[in-house]
Amino acid sequence: MSRLATDDLESQRPKLGVFKFASCDGCQLSILNLEDELLVLGQALDIAYFPEASSKMNPGPYDIALVEGSITTEEDAHRIRFVREQAKVLLTIGSCATAGGIQALRNWADVESFKQVVYPSPDYIQSLKTSTPISEHVHVDFELWGCPIDKGQLLRVITDLLAGVQPRVPVESVCLECKRRGNVCVMVTKGLACLGPVTRAGCGAICPSMGRDCYGCFGPTEGTRIGPGLPPNTASLGRHFHDGLHLIPVEVLRRFRGINGYADAFKQESERWEAKK
Amino acid sequence: MARETCGILSRTNLHRLLDALSAKGYRLVGPMVHDGAVVWDTIQRVSDLPIGWRDHQEPGRYRLEQTGSQEVFGVVHGPQSLKPFAFTPREPLLQIERSKDGFTTRSTLPQSEKVAIIGARACDLAGLAIQDQIFLQGEYQDPYYATRREGLFIIAVNCTRALQTCFCASMDTGPCAKNGFDLALTEVDDQLLIEAGSESGSDLLSALSLSPASQGLTREAAARGDACAQSQVRQLDRTRLPQALHEAHEHPRWDDVAARCLACANCTMVCPTCFCHKVEETPDLTRQNSEHARLWDSCFTQEHGYIHGKNIRPTIKDRYRMWLTHKLASWIDQFGTSGCVGCGRCITWCPVGIDLTEELSSLLKPSEQPSVLSRQ
Repeated sequence: MSRLATDDLESQRPKLGVFKFASCDGCQLSILNLEDELLVLGQALDIAYFPEASSKMNPGPYDIALVEGSITTEEDAHRIRFVREQAKVLLTIGSCATAGGIQALRNWADVESFKQVVYPSPDYIQSLKTSTPISEHVHVDFELWGCPIDKGQLLRVITDLLAGVQPRVPVESVCLECKRRGNVCVMVTKGLACLGPVTRAGCGAICPSMGRDCYGCFGPTEGTRIGPGLPPNTASLGRHFHDGLHLIPVEVLRRFRGINGYADAFKQESERWEAKK
Repeated sequence: MARETCGILSRTNLHRLLDALSAKGYRLVGPMVHDGAVVWDTIQRVSDLPIGWRDHQEPGRYRLEQTGSQEVFGVVHGPQSLKPFAFTPREPLLQIERSKDGFTTRSTLPQSEKVAIIGARACDLAGLAIQDQIFLQGEYQDPYYATRREGLFIIAVNCTRALQTCFCASMDTGPCAKNGFDLALTEVDDQLLIEAGSESGSDLLSALSLSPASQGLTREAAARGDACAQSQVRQLDRTRLPQALHEAHEHPRWDDVAARCLACANCTMVCPTCFCHKVEETPDLTRQNSEHARLWDSCFTQEHGYIHGKNIRPTIKDRYRMWLTHKLASWIDQFGTSGCVGCGRCITWCPVGIDLTEELSSLLKPSEQPSVLSRQ
């Protein structure tokens, strides 16, 4: 159950730990970007471990652990188990932790050959062949999608946890946010291969609001690893990209194999187009 | 002053109408070209309107074209109907504050604003009439909707050009506005025939002191409306509704359309009549205050079908069937009218171009043929 017990809430300020794995730190920065709310957040929570923000690092256990980044090394695969043991509620923040991130592109490639090309002494690099989401390693209580996450959603989830209720974020497509904002559809008017119809809302439809196509950084709408519902109809959208918008198979593949390419629904769709290449 | 019901304004004098509305304290709203379509926006002058533009719509596709003409109302419509004016996408309802012995609430009723909308189409008016029925009639009146609605002054434009996606003639809602407007315009070359449809409409018409419409122009305007109706290539066969659609509940066509539908909810967002909404609570971190707001929702979302412990519409097939059956059949049982006004927006703005007229016609055929996709 991904909520804090009433006892924990009443006795003292819940302890927060923020942990980083393979990632760019952008989601942790989203926490620091909560400028107006940061003071209140510091009063409501004991920010016990957050190396990105403070060199004061208090030991666990923690009431809430926010985990950024994916698992790409043997060492991290062990460390995440330790974090899980120390945390009452574990939340992943962002696409890396939730779906493996952009670095999961390695899962379709040969990491050894990358090492040879990039590093003068490839032997120093100890890396797993794959980048995998946290939920492939330990139990995850709640996932926040996005690259980076939406700070409003993060604040809402923390508020819910502090209130002792099950956190909730909308499970609906970006199209709803687009239409509520009065945006004109970029796919229908410009023929852009927008992933909005199969992508989860939460960003506020940033890209379409700027006249750009959504590239799916909030992941599939529903039916994700620990979320409710059935996977979105990526097959129909992929077919439309190809038949209606005249993308060639490798372009369709690349649309789905992006920031959240390793999320199940997008992974399956890109692999369908891999076979047609 | 004698009330007038009809008059002629030359196109070059259209600004006189706008000026008269401004003088009466109305904010002017009209279609404006924005991001490749027209959207409702505040206008200052005639040149803000989409002069010379025309829209071309087909399933999943919308394109504007500049013809170079002086036509003011050549664009039939954009993605928005009149829906957002009274039933806004996000309406704060209450501000809740924690108090010593519980909580207090404060209503956040919007300010009433005088808004003149120039360029509403007959299908939009039909949609608004249905929304009025839902939000204003019956036992409970929605005060938020009512407040926004009462400030609207609606200037309709009769359609003289049909889009490929239009089927208002078969729904008996257009292409000419019948009621629900304050003024209605018909653009006949460089003349605008103006007709009043309400008391405040005829007041405004009187104030403009227009020359009376000639019989010839009135006849020409009507003829163009008829030609527009005749030219519609789509239609929706209502003769066997609602019963035939209720009986098609197990038709294989539902599987077929579910294989194409993205459940993205665009059809419901652009529909002039869809009224589904959800209510969300936004507490602040101190948990002392919370905003209680209403948002546009859709029967295509996962959450919409969720009741305690169970999702009653887990698949896209369940959701599409629910939407179409409600829109075209059970809406009639519920409200006495169809939930569809024939504007064709759901066809155009569906990213994959699903056409409800085509779906209905397949669903009303006997289901001996296995569906297209299940044959593959």
